[in-house]
Amino acid sequence: PLCCKPEKRGKVVCLPRLSRVAVCGGTHGNELSGVYLVRELLKAKDIVMEEEREEPASVLMVLANPRAMQQCRRYVDTDLNRCFTHATLNGPISDSAPYEMTRSRELNAMLGPKGSPGAVDLVCDLHNTTANMGLCLIAYSDCDWICLHIFKHLQRQMPDVPMRFIHFDVSSKESYSLDSVGKHGFAMEIGPQPHGVVRSNIYTAMKDGVQHMLDWVRLFNSGTIFEAGFVDVFTIVKNIDYPRDSETHNITATIHPQLQDRDFLLLHPDDALFQTFSGETLRYKGNEPLYPFFVNECAYYEKGIALSLARKRHVVVPAIRAQTEAERRRDQQGFASEEE
Amino acid sequence: VSLARFDEARRVAIFGGTHGNEMSGVTLVNLWVKNGSEIQRKMVDTKPFITNPRAVEKCTRYVDTDLNRAFTPENLSALGEGDLPYEVQRAQEINRIFGPKGSPEAYDVIFDLHNTTSNMGCTLILESSKDYFNLQMMNYIKVTDIRLKSLLKASIQLVECCFTSVNIVLCDWFIAGLEVGPQPQGVLRSNIFEAMRVILKHALDFIELFNEGVEFPTCTVEVFRVLERIDYPRDANGNIIAMVHPNLQDGDWEPLNPGDPMFLTFDGKTLHYQGSGTIYPTFINEAAYYEKQQAFVTTRRETLVASAIRKA
Repeated sequence: PLCCKPEKRGKVVCLPRLSRVAVCGGTHGNELSGVYLVRELLKAKDIVMEEEREEPASVLMVLANPRAMQQCRRYVDTDLNRCFTHATLNGPISDSAPYEMTRSRELNAMLGPKGSPGAVDLVCDLHNTTANMGLCLIAYSDCDWICLHIFKHLQRQMPDVPMRFIHFDVSSKESYSLDSVGKHGFAMEIGPQPHGVVRSNIYTAMKDGVQHMLDWVRLFNSGTIFEAGFVDVFTIVKNIDYPRDSETHNITATIHPQLQDRDFLLLHPDDALFQTFSGETLRYKGNEPLYPFFVNECAYYEKGIALSLARKRHVVVPAIRAQTEAERRRDQQGFASEEE
Repeated sequence: VSLARFDEARRVAIFGGTHGNEMSGVTLVNLWVKNGSEIQRKMVDTKPFITNPRAVEKCTRYVDTDLNRAFTPENLSALGEGDLPYEVQRAQEINRIFGPKGSPEAYDVIFDLHNTTSNMGCTLILESSKDYFNLQMMNYIKVTDIRLKSLLKASIQLVECCFTSVNIVLCDWFIAGLEVGPQPQGVLRSNIFEAMRVILKHALDFIELFNEGVEFPTCTVEVFRVLERIDYPRDANGNIIAMVHPNLQDGDWEPLNPGDPMFLTFDGKTLHYQGSGTIYPTFINEAAYYEKQQAFVTTRRETLVASAIRKA
């Protein structure tokens, strides 16, 4: 993959500049921090354009699912953030297609096409969760140095905000979310916040997170070298569903009070997982201690997920900087001669 | 009145799912419909009931219109059957089954179970300060179970409201809205679920004792009387331009003084409470109230005296 190509100049990895960045809110219409933040950024952008300031990178602000936003619902027909697989984007589409499938193609045309040289360089997709997860960056790769350095930058700039990097080990063929449309991308997920609610502390954290991310992009594009280091990466291993009634499929237990709100605190074999409605404790039967997250996320009841479990790994992140114009041209020529 | 006498409470209803995404009530009522032994009491007919099944199925607050605002006289007498909004049809159906007000078939006590995203703890919502039966019930619950004080942040309070609801039309006597939070819509939290379950257990015990002829002596109860609704600051297009201030967020039932921070605009400016005196805010940042133009509600703290009560 592009991110892992070791184009070393000394010990520093050189990567193409990020000339186009997209910040997306309202992919789920009831996750309000992103909805309100992108609305405010759009307003501010109007002001900036009036003053004709020049940015080295162009930043696109996008409200991804306006119809769901208008109804303050997660989605209208189907979850938009599952509509970005190559198959869904390029397959046949009928007139009666779900709204979100049509919308995903519009977004792909705007920000992609996914997988092509014309795609935006970076997508930051804003989300909220009812789980007590703090601020998380969620990415498909554990070796996209752009995403990992952004994470390290956020950690440095926002030391009071609990922050984690989550890796969904899904191949680019199978990637399904909006952030997979750009050459680089991640979801910025902040909780806990009920859907349909704006909590000021959560909004402020997201606003700061986006600002620091954009600051990092400008620093990167202007040639700053970001030193090597490491990141603790949480790689998803599996999901666990609620116990359910075999006939009605309704849940028969809640997340146990000893697990509720304890995202990213190690879950050991035999720790309490669920409490049935008759008061019985059900325990974790895995044989490996793992880190729980998305514990009691509202939207995942219907997806059959009570919590997700991850392994933690120390990932070494090399120093990086942006390619100079000369390096970029040399690369392109090299690429062309390879083709010949 | 030193002693108020009421007839026995023979028929008790427990409503869940009036809002389909308030999960504690939905879950409890479904449990009890399947197995009602927990809610049975001597000489009392208790009926658990899902009031808005279509909203429950979709896990949404309502399908066409808010059921908990649908019990107006106009709606209850409206003709049109299947053409009426779903919740108006439900209101008529519920009125048929559990009411109508004033008739001998009407239920005696109705509990309507709700959750809120606000940090309200457990809150009993009553119509009137003369509601001695419910005031005595609340006093009984507080005195009986000391865990309820530590189980959740706020102990049981009482709020007098004036919005149209299930309460006003259905029942001559005793309606209690039971609101427990904070809990996100669509989510079931074990601590909130347990609190609601325990409160109902004590409430039913109280009714059983009352029916057996126990006299509950006069008592004083701290209550919060609702004064007015405060909306979010909005721009000319009606869009919200500020959030509940971090100092006020989760501060339900704590005093809000003139000059205290109230809202924080998106660009970081603090707006202060401009009222003339201290009030006690509640329903702070309830998700369902954004569309009802309500950021929080102001209340005045009072101490009410409930007369002694006994079965007639």
